[in-house]
Amino acid sequence: MMRCRITYRKTAPLRYTGNLDIQKIWERYLRRAGLPVAYSQGFHPQPRIQQACPLPLGFLSQAELADIYLDDDTLRPDDITRSLQVMPYPGIEIAAVEEVDLTEATLAGRVTATEYLAEWIDPIDADQLASRVFALLNTPQLLRSRRDRDYDLRPLIEALDVLPADSAHNTGLCMQLSARQGATGRPEEVVAALGYAPFDVRYMRTRIYFTD
Amino acid sequence: MTFDHTMLQKQLERILPTVQKPGRYVGGELNQIVKDWDGVETHIALAFPDIYDLGLPNLGLAILYQTLNAREDVFAERVYSPWTDMELAIRKSSIPLYALESHRPIADFDILALTLPYETLYTNTLNLLDLAGIPLYAAHRSDQHPLVIAGGHACYNPEPMSAFIDAFAIGEGEEMIHDIVNAYQAWKRSGQPRATLLKALAQVSGVYVPALYEPDYHPDGTLRELRPLDPAAPRRITKRIVAKLPPPPTNFIVPSIDVVHNRVAVEIMRGCTRGCRFCHAGFINRPVRERPVGEILQAVQTALKQTGYEEVALLSLSSSDYTQIVDLVDQVSKHASENHLTISLPSLRIETFSIDLMDKLKGSRQGGFTLAPEAATDRMRATINKPIAADQLLETARAIYSRGWSTIKLYFMIGHPSETLDDVRAIVDLCKAVIAEGRKIIGKRAVLHAGVSTFVPKPHTPFQWAPCDTPKQIQAKQELLRSELRGPGLKMTWTSPKDTLLEAWLSRGDRRMAEVIYNAWRNGAKFDAWQDQYRYEIWQAAFEQAGIDPAFYTHRMRAEDEIFPWDHISPGVRKSFLLGEYRASQTQSFRSDCRESCLACGILPTFAELRRTNPGKQWMCPEVPIRKKKAVLEPVAS
Repeated sequence: MMRCRITYRKTAPLRYTGNLDIQKIWERYLRRAGLPVAYSQGFHPQPRIQQACPLPLGFLSQAELADIYLDDDTLRPDDITRSLQVMPYPGIEIAAVEEVDLTEATLAGRVTATEYLAEWIDPIDADQLASRVFALLNTPQLLRSRRDRDYDLRPLIEALDVLPADSAHNTGLCMQLSARQGATGRPEEVVAALGYAPFDVRYMRTRIYFTD
Repeated sequence: MTFDHTMLQKQLERILPTVQKPGRYVGGELNQIVKDWDGVETHIALAFPDIYDLGLPNLGLAILYQTLNAREDVFAERVYSPWTDMELAIRKSSIPLYALESHRPIADFDILALTLPYETLYTNTLNLLDLAGIPLYAAHRSDQHPLVIAGGHACYNPEPMSAFIDAFAIGEGEEMIHDIVNAYQAWKRSGQPRATLLKALAQVSGVYVPALYEPDYHPDGTLRELRPLDPAAPRRITKRIVAKLPPPPTNFIVPSIDVVHNRVAVEIMRGCTRGCRFCHAGFINRPVRERPVGEILQAVQTALKQTGYEEVALLSLSSSDYTQIVDLVDQVSKHASENHLTISLPSLRIETFSIDLMDKLKGSRQGGFTLAPEAATDRMRATINKPIAADQLLETARAIYSRGWSTIKLYFMIGHPSETLDDVRAIVDLCKAVIAEGRKIIGKRAVLHAGVSTFVPKPHTPFQWAPCDTPKQIQAKQELLRSELRGPGLKMTWTSPKDTLLEAWLSRGDRRMAEVIYNAWRNGAKFDAWQDQYRYEIWQAAFEQAGIDPAFYTHRMRAEDEIFPWDHISPGVRKSFLLGEYRASQTQSFRSDCRESCLACGILPTFAELRRTNPGKQWMCPEVPIRKKKAVLEPVAS
């Protein structure tokens, strides 16, 4: 058996596909690519595919990570990349494949923070955004309510910067949010806290941070 | 109007995060076919008028999608009904219903082709037309509007929907759809008015153009005649069939979200020779044609490679009757166990051999083992022509419980013609006998799930003359079942009498039903197939508004010589044969499986030419010695 870490981009065709369904898609992708995915033991064997961190529905990503276990130890990462690229799956773009030690801790248990780009679908006033960001960062506490649970958003924001518009992009934000057990910040909550409609914005995950 | 793709994308970006399962509305799935819009001559939207989750796995549309897109001059796309939340959102933003591949408005297409496999999709069909901005009534459409066609099992009685559909495709679509497209293209190039197109379509074998006919009724409301208004309109429309089943589709679209069936589906056989008298599918899908084992295996392997699916369904009306079933199951199961695949094999006969088959498939025993005895007394079984001995059922049940299944599902129907409360009580006794066996073998783990639906006499079956049970009769029967079919391990589900009534009105209706359907839609009826959406009162009001008594369609015994609203549609089976079967049901006479000896239903003379030009053993009809007398020459239907 071998364990491979796949870094991939989640693109438009899978934008509205949730985490459980992405798991199925990976199973089908590997079957199509002829890669012998390993199954768990027990009454209902499941393919051993572990995603690092669930991506909210409607988000795109430049930096998704999944560990897959294969019933083979002769394959090299290059072979796997090639197999995956020969039978491409719409919505998944392979960025890197590397072999990792079977004993290493799961990715999901090591996530600490995630980074997102939030770009407005239509142009907005960048100065107004900048001043709201400045004010927000100077607030000690940001009490919000999500799914009937009150919480403080402010400590979950680790970094927040305005990205000025250019020829290809509208004004946006780059934010780094905590993603620890029980302390996960959501980018659309940040947008809402800034006083903007959260669905006027397109979200893209750009990075997942892990402990070593 | 030019199509602004970017604008639509921006609108959708804002809407989609606010609706349930937005993945239903974006397309882009694995194996979706996209072509350059301006590079093809004819654009066809294939529609299933219910949500994506139900429509995507529809095998009929998958077949048409593949065969149409194989043509360079055609681009076939998909469209489904938006769920209520999405409907509200797109209506609010004035977004017209769009196709999933190109995101173009449905109104921009040449042809909108709907599948109507069951009747409770009718209000959804109207809603879909409305969301697309296409006039609901065929008579209100102009040359600029798409041609609206429909096919599928419900269309064997097209009359209730005849005001809304330009042309019905009766029977199997694999070849007929191309004839329709060719006729459309010829018309479009000619620059003639829409009426010319309708006449041309009426010349295509299997196509019914309702606007070319007019009904005439007796004073008692029954039909006197459906009169052709044009020489182009044939008196009788005989369904189309394919002489030989073409290779099955393999390049299935794989949804990016969970839908009702996530699997490769291969039809191993079409039709059924059992002749159960209640069964619509059994009479309209004749003759039986099987696919060779090699072709099925090839299709399964290719489809698995193309989709990555982990489940395969081998579909037919009666798996046990497939001639090479053991060979097929042996080969498929070998492949399955090596690849973590699940194989499903529905519609097995009630015999221990069926358990051997399921054993070979080594599938999970979690879902339970399903059998369909349909009735519980010998009298009822003879009435419906489904002979099963009670001890054979018990023996099968014992074997199922002792070979690893803890749940058995038994499907029954109440409301068969002449059924009494004693016949219904026998369902209780039979279920109790089965669970008693289960408890002897595996104790308290044994479960029996009885699914009891209510019979609706369907057009083109021997029971088409029979009335439906009244709601009172249904309630009494269900009450008896609910009070007596209880005990440890026993579970029962049933159909609401109100659901049954709707199905009956819609399946047995005539042209006057169109107004009722329209009223119901106007008053908010949609998703009638969904228990939590269907509203009986809307339909009652719709009948009242139209001044029509619903009981006329449901609770009336029809005279043997009554002209039915669907008599001009021929499934190839003679009306006189159906009447013979109806009489046989009244004397509780069994008829054999017609693979053994031909019962002269009418299929062979109807398609004699087709069979002659396609010799071989694909048809399971036995050879009939040619008689010189009238039997062969008797016209189809009376």
